[in-house]
Amino acid sequence: MAVKLVEGPEGHTGQGFFATSFDKAIGLARANSIWPLPFATSCCGIEFMATMGAHYDLARFGSERLSFSPRQADLLMVMGTIAKKMGPVLKQVYLQMAEPRWVLSVGACASSGGIFDTYSVLQGIDKVIPVDVYVPGCPPTPEAIIDGVMKIQELIKNESLRRRNSDEYQQLLNSYGIE
Amino acid sequence: MTATDITHESIVERLSAQFPGKILSHDEPFGLLSLNVPREDVIDIIKWLKEDAAFQFIFMTDLCGVHFPEQSGQELGVIYHLHSLVHNVRLRLRTFFPANDPVVPTATTVFKAANWMERETFDFFGIRFIGHPDLRRILNVDDMDYHPLLKQYPLEDGTRTDKDDKYFGR
Repeated sequence: MAVKLVEGPEGHTGQGFFATSFDKAIGLARANSIWPLPFATSCCGIEFMATMGAHYDLARFGSERLSFSPRQADLLMVMGTIAKKMGPVLKQVYLQMAEPRWVLSVGACASSGGIFDTYSVLQGIDKVIPVDVYVPGCPPTPEAIIDGVMKIQELIKNESLRRRNSDEYQQLLNSYGIE
Repeated sequence: MTATDITHESIVERLSAQFPGKILSHDEPFGLLSLNVPREDVIDIIKWLKEDAAFQFIFMTDLCGVHFPEQSGQELGVIYHLHSLVHNVRLRLRTFFPANDPVVPTATTVFKAANWMERETFDFFGIRFIGHPDLRRILNVDDMDYHPLLKQYPLEDGTRTDKDDKYFGR
């Protein structure tokens, strides 16, 4: 059985050497070894279980190692309704993650509050933390979640190594009250 | 008195004898005996129902608030559900009071179970239970500045941004 490997980055090849930029090489490595932290509060989490299972198998994208500690996680996957009382908990988890970190908002509730337009529910997690990719659906299918993870992979591959040190990024964090 | 003697009539009769003039009215929606009582006497009545050797309403099933803005002077209420586990008889007590005076004596002196239910009622209706050991919010965020189940407040969250009326034909 053929083992499928990712394509190498663009670069200059010659006899016995290959030259490319750090951005591309590191981006490639990061994108294919994401450690997700599942923050599953409701039915989207059930779809995530299917996504991790043998049939859909997120391991094919290098993400089989779930990190249940935010300290070692690269990708925060928020799946489900976040009540206002849960908001500070979610923010705390995000703050405990080391840079570089990405956030995937899975499903209508995490993205906008969904059907829960009510006093007790946070109207989208982007009210408390910055979000990189939104996955629509109520709940989204495992295919949609995988599509979201692949979008995250694209972001990681194409991210400048200096982005996290840029003023724009600092301003983004400041806008959420994160120093 | 045996279990078969505990009829709705006997409950109303004995309560009226014990607390003359305090049983304001009673009805039986869906077969559940419901008594309206003044808030000053509701705890005494609950205590008596619990300790009475014949009735033994020893279990508080539920305690909750209600808000009927159209009932002038009787807008807010607290509803108590009691259950005589011994005889398997249920009973509901209602007490109403004006919205500008949302104060009721605590039932925690009779049932410890009333503690969290009274905190919930305070959280959602702003009804203050005098004598409660720890009356603070229990379900909503601590810094919420209103009581969301009072009907003057909208159910929807004001921070919603993706609900544009033009997409919903309104």
